[in-house]
Amino acid sequence: MVDTRLVVDSIVTTARRAHENNVIGTMNVLAACAGEGSPVRKLVFKSSAHYYGCEQDDPAFFREEMRRPHPARTAIERDIVEAEKQVRDFGLKNDHVTVTVLRFANALGPDLRTSFQEWLDLPLVPTILGFDPRCQFLHEDDMAAALEHAVREDLDGIFNVAADGVLAMTEVISLLGKAPVPVLPPWGTKAALPVLRALGASPCPELLNQLRFGRGLDNRRFKATGFRFRYTTREAVLKLREHQRLAPILGRGGEGYRYESAVEEFLRFSPSVRAPNARPQLAAPANRAPGGAGRPTDAYGDLTAREVIAMLPSLGEADLRALRDHEAAGARRQSVLKAIDRLVAQEPAAR
Amino acid sequence: MARTPLSLRDEDRALARRDDPDLRDLLPAVEPERTVTDWGRSERVEGFFDRTLYDFYYHLWFRCEVEGVEHVPSDGGALLVSNHSGALPPDAPMIAKAIKEEHPRPRPLHLTMEHFFKGYPGLSMLLPKIGGVPAHPANVHRLLYDERQLVLVFPEGRKGTEKLYKERYRLRRFGRGGFVEAAMRARVPIVPIAVVGAEESQPIFAHVKALQRLTGLIYFPITPTFPHFGLLAAGLYLPAKFKIRFLPPVRTDDMGDEPWEDQALVQTVAHDIRATIQEELLDMLGKRRSVWFG
Repeated sequence: MVDTRLVVDSIVTTARRAHENNVIGTMNVLAACAGEGSPVRKLVFKSSAHYYGCEQDDPAFFREEMRRPHPARTAIERDIVEAEKQVRDFGLKNDHVTVTVLRFANALGPDLRTSFQEWLDLPLVPTILGFDPRCQFLHEDDMAAALEHAVREDLDGIFNVAADGVLAMTEVISLLGKAPVPVLPPWGTKAALPVLRALGASPCPELLNQLRFGRGLDNRRFKATGFRFRYTTREAVLKLREHQRLAPILGRGGEGYRYESAVEEFLRFSPSVRAPNARPQLAAPANRAPGGAGRPTDAYGDLTAREVIAMLPSLGEADLRALRDHEAAGARRQSVLKAIDRLVAQEPAAR
Repeated sequence: MARTPLSLRDEDRALARRDDPDLRDLLPAVEPERTVTDWGRSERVEGFFDRTLYDFYYHLWFRCEVEGVEHVPSDGGALLVSNHSGALPPDAPMIAKAIKEEHPRPRPLHLTMEHFFKGYPGLSMLLPKIGGVPAHPANVHRLLYDERQLVLVFPEGRKGTEKLYKERYRLRRFGRGGFVEAAMRARVPIVPIAVVGAEESQPIFAHVKALQRLTGLIYFPITPTFPHFGLLAAGLYLPAKFKIRFLPPVRTDDMGDEPWEDQALVQTVAHDIRATIQEELLDMLGKRRSVWFG
């Protein structure tokens, strides 16, 4: 079970809907995972470094065990703390479930829309006068790779996911080839916000805190699990610069992820995709819980001989043998049996 | 697989658990293209200050005299502990400069500072660039243990720089011994330092509480140059003769298994170090013929 639902940026939606999703949604998802006879053995939960907040007396590098020194300040931060608390309780109650919590740093990448990135996309980047916060980012590819890593490996616990290297804000801005404009007053920063909004920049409260105090994460615990980041923070910023330079040329056309029902249909039902996933069902039909989409044997019985033969090459030798037994005990379609025999005979030669 | 409970642990325990050495190898590699460290320390800014202000003050203005710089280890972490004085203390940069000038293998020195500075505009931008690090136990531990750096602390903290001229060279309480604990956890030696001259370079005659509140500073002193020279006073010191004496290091790695758990031991070590520095100061003052010429 991979849960990447958490809204950690207030530009995505309204505070009310974010709360509904982050707190009530997490509660429902966890309740579903914990249900009697639930098949969930692993929960990967996407959280955010906003969990730690941004304060004056923060340590320079947050480690996973650290608590935030002060209570959460903004609605989103409160939501994240609340959601993580629920996940923690879930982990303590359900000992058989591997619970991985990934706290992601601010991510950068062409497919993302985050308030920090929008801020850096401005032609002149406003900063708070007299402050040069430390920033740490994560490239979106590393973000996806981290989720994949958490799915593949059994990682129990909380992990900070942030690229190597913490840059000063001025460093980030000069890497982007822009100029910092210290226009935000250090005192009464919030009062200056309406002016900024009129100019087309709307920083969320989390971003404002980051612009003042900055934040660094200690990512060594996640690296110790064998994960290697592809990009450092500096390289992620350089990637963003490339993207910023290309954006006016490519236009806004091909941008963003769009849901396509044809792709989902293909992934769900195409025999060439489904076969590898269906392997355990075919090999050991008894493992599957009854109910739901119907008994696997029925599903198998529904397939025509042609369809079964088309799926065969994707199966391993053991699975082929299991399938042959199943076929021999059931429908005994000669064409299927022959095809399996042929493949089994070829198998050792292929390896 | 060993299950690490998700419940948040006590930070102190976490510090101890974190000591497994393999994590030290996972520190981010240095990127040669960068001139700023992950702590925000900037080679360029620091170099500029070093060549101009520090050089001038070290050689010409304070005419620093250094003894025992060999007590600072050439490699591995070490915690340097010094007395602290002056409204805007000149002792920290002078100690850093002394190591740079006199030590056979000079290394950067990280200066711990109050969290206050991180929230004060301007200072929050400048201080990390010239080697300042907020004095958080986790920061000190990472620097000493993981990165094996030199860290300078002033256990007197604000109480040291606040004290008036008439109380000069009388050491204040050394905090709650937090610096000893930090050194013990990181298993690094403590190098005590005695500095003479800083007290006279910027003596404080009085504090003005009302103005302190108004400006939001940690204190508002009356010195020979402040407040009538305003911000300029930050760089205006009287030309007192500086003497910096590095004392033999105190080892903390031979004090047993988890010496930091033993509060009595921590207090004793802290007290001993304070007494050593105080004694050394009195010795140096006794031999000093003139405040200005040493």
